[in-house]
Amino acid sequence: MSTQKPSMRVLDKLPQVQRRSFLAGAAGMSVVPVTALSMAPTALHAASFKVLGSQTGATLLRMARDIYPHDKLADRYYLQALMAHEKASAKDAALKKMITDGVAELDAQAKRRFGSSYAATPKEADRVSVLKGIEQSPFFQKIRGDMVTGLYDNKQVWPMLGYEGSSWQKGGYVNRGFNDINWL
Amino acid sequence: MTTPKKFSLNDDSVVVIVGSGAGGGTLANELAQKGINCVILEAGKHYTQADIDNDEWGMFNKISWLDKRISAGGWHHTKTYPGLPAWIVKGVGGSSVHWAGLALRFQPHEFKTRSTYGEQAGTQVMDWPVDYAEMAPFYDLAEKKLGVTGSAASGLPMLPENNHYKVIAAGARKIGYKNIVRPMAINSQAYQHRPGCQQIGFCMQGCKIGAKWSTLYADIPDALGTGKVELRPQSMALRIEHDAQGKATGVLYADKNGKQHFQKARIVCVAGNSIESPRLLLNSASSMFRDGLANSSGQVGRNYMNHATAAAASIYDKPVYMYRGTSIGAVVADEARHDAARGFNGGYYLEGLSLGLPFMAAFMQPGGWGRDFTSAIDLYDHMTCVWVCGEDQAMADNRITLHATEKDQYGLPVPVVTKTYTANDDRLASHGLKQWRALSEAVGAKRVIDMPPYPASHNMGTNRMSEKARDGVVNRHGQAHDIKNLFVSDGSQFTSSGACNPTLTIVALAIRQAGFIENAMKRRDL
Repeated sequence: MSTQKPSMRVLDKLPQVQRRSFLAGAAGMSVVPVTALSMAPTALHAASFKVLGSQTGATLLRMARDIYPHDKLADRYYLQALMAHEKASAKDAALKKMITDGVAELDAQAKRRFGSSYAATPKEADRVSVLKGIEQSPFFQKIRGDMVTGLYDNKQVWPMLGYEGSSWQKGGYVNRGFNDINWL
Repeated sequence: MTTPKKFSLNDDSVVVIVGSGAGGGTLANELAQKGINCVILEAGKHYTQADIDNDEWGMFNKISWLDKRISAGGWHHTKTYPGLPAWIVKGVGGSSVHWAGLALRFQPHEFKTRSTYGEQAGTQVMDWPVDYAEMAPFYDLAEKKLGVTGSAASGLPMLPENNHYKVIAAGARKIGYKNIVRPMAINSQAYQHRPGCQQIGFCMQGCKIGAKWSTLYADIPDALGTGKVELRPQSMALRIEHDAQGKATGVLYADKNGKQHFQKARIVCVAGNSIESPRLLLNSASSMFRDGLANSSGQVGRNYMNHATAAAASIYDKPVYMYRGTSIGAVVADEARHDAARGFNGGYYLEGLSLGLPFMAAFMQPGGWGRDFTSAIDLYDHMTCVWVCGEDQAMADNRITLHATEKDQYGLPVPVVTKTYTANDDRLASHGLKQWRALSEAVGAKRVIDMPPYPASHNMGTNRMSEKARDGVVNRHGQAHDIKNLFVSDGSQFTSSGACNPTLTIVALAIRQAGFIENAMKRRDL
């Protein structure tokens, strides 16, 4: 940030937790939207998977993080996306079976190759190699495909990736940095 | 405000226009201004600016044409976008709601591709029956209507350059490009009752304030204000009927409840975009016209062109925020010329086109995942993005056909969109991506990611114009060779695709066609 001249409106992409401590020391100097700060932490965790079960939920979370790894994003954003599968599985037995069978297959392959369940396989590269082996499967494609919108169409995720979303209600960018680039 | 006009279904004096986009909406307004009564049948809903959100997926799901369609042929869409061969709008205003506003003219040689390129084996490349000189005054009228920036006809100045524009333009200049343009149908200041651009972005989600021209809030309300036009949204044209002499008599359509009505007509104009327009003609087959209406040439549905395209994202050390402001950044026109030395026919534009994060994640690398993918997305705010838009060649087997068994919610056969890229397309797109990479690296891009073409909004050629009846569907005025009171009024009448975005040419043709229809009606030819 310090390398930027003040004339370019640059966004803070740090995750929320770090922002708070940052803000504590520099009150009033940040451009963090108020809504991001007032957001209640979600209670989502693997136990929230009542239909698919907590073990399947934990594996799905690990899998989702391995498919779209953003180290600075908290688990809850991945879990929010996966809750769509949890909810749909309550009404769609075929989907539930595809997911539970898919997770079982993931675990079986991880055990065969690395001696532990998928989620318990410690090295990311090993887990990714298991995913590579099933990436053409309908199960993988379903989880991956839905994550594209589940994760990247989540307005809470956008600030951490430098995207500001809807602008018309703020008068667009005509007075908010549409042409303020200063490094060319 | 005039009371909305209502016409009787039995009123056979009206012009029935199928579709309300850049073609149909413009035509309706032009005819209405001349005092001619029109009924517009629009398949989609009548959204207003209150329905427009700065939300990519929200608007995609709200306004896109998502009725069942099938991608077929050799293109990657059969895998990446199997049910979405094209990205167009179902709603009043049609795809003029979604277009980004880039208002380029065809270049003179693009009307004369067969003469310019010579015979192209395996293709159906053909000259238009009109030329640039004849179109030029209609381009002026179109630019005035749309408020095109930098046009003498509109008198409007250029839009200010946003960050995205500046990065692309700087790179372009560094590698020797000189022809950096951006004629936009977005008001650079208040014009024709619509406000100036506020750099909101989200141009392709519909302009919230109406600074970008769309028939939705420009020509359609103007047309309705004349008291000469009735707009019937949620009215899906099912077939065009004709009499024993082979003259069109009207259009059978289904209303929002699925109830069928037959609107009589003096003249029928088809403007449903290049998938629906030929589909309607094919669905109107009768004992007299067994292969579909206006199809004695067998060309209805053929020569489907959607531009030779590719896309790419470039990542820089520092932020760009490409989404801030007008979605079209700088447009490099240096490669738009025809130059056979490059190894392909026709040319292309490098069009800076910003995508929001949700669409970038979906289009950057369909099916992509892992750290290779996320490391790019992590730098979304440092990206520039290009869409390569280049000339596509007419091919007989790139076409719209009707599925043998599958039906849509109206009971109509589902359209199958068959497309296979040609070697010319591949060479053009590769050249464009190579030049984009050089342009980006010249101003410090650290990583350039080639993206496959995403579903096109430019659809052309499936009811093409031709001098001779045996070569195409309509004549130089968009009038069917076979049926004199049947017109095609959208991009499906294009004989070639040109390298540029089609909307300005669609509007210019609609203005010209309205004059022809008026004169023919006065002469009692129609």
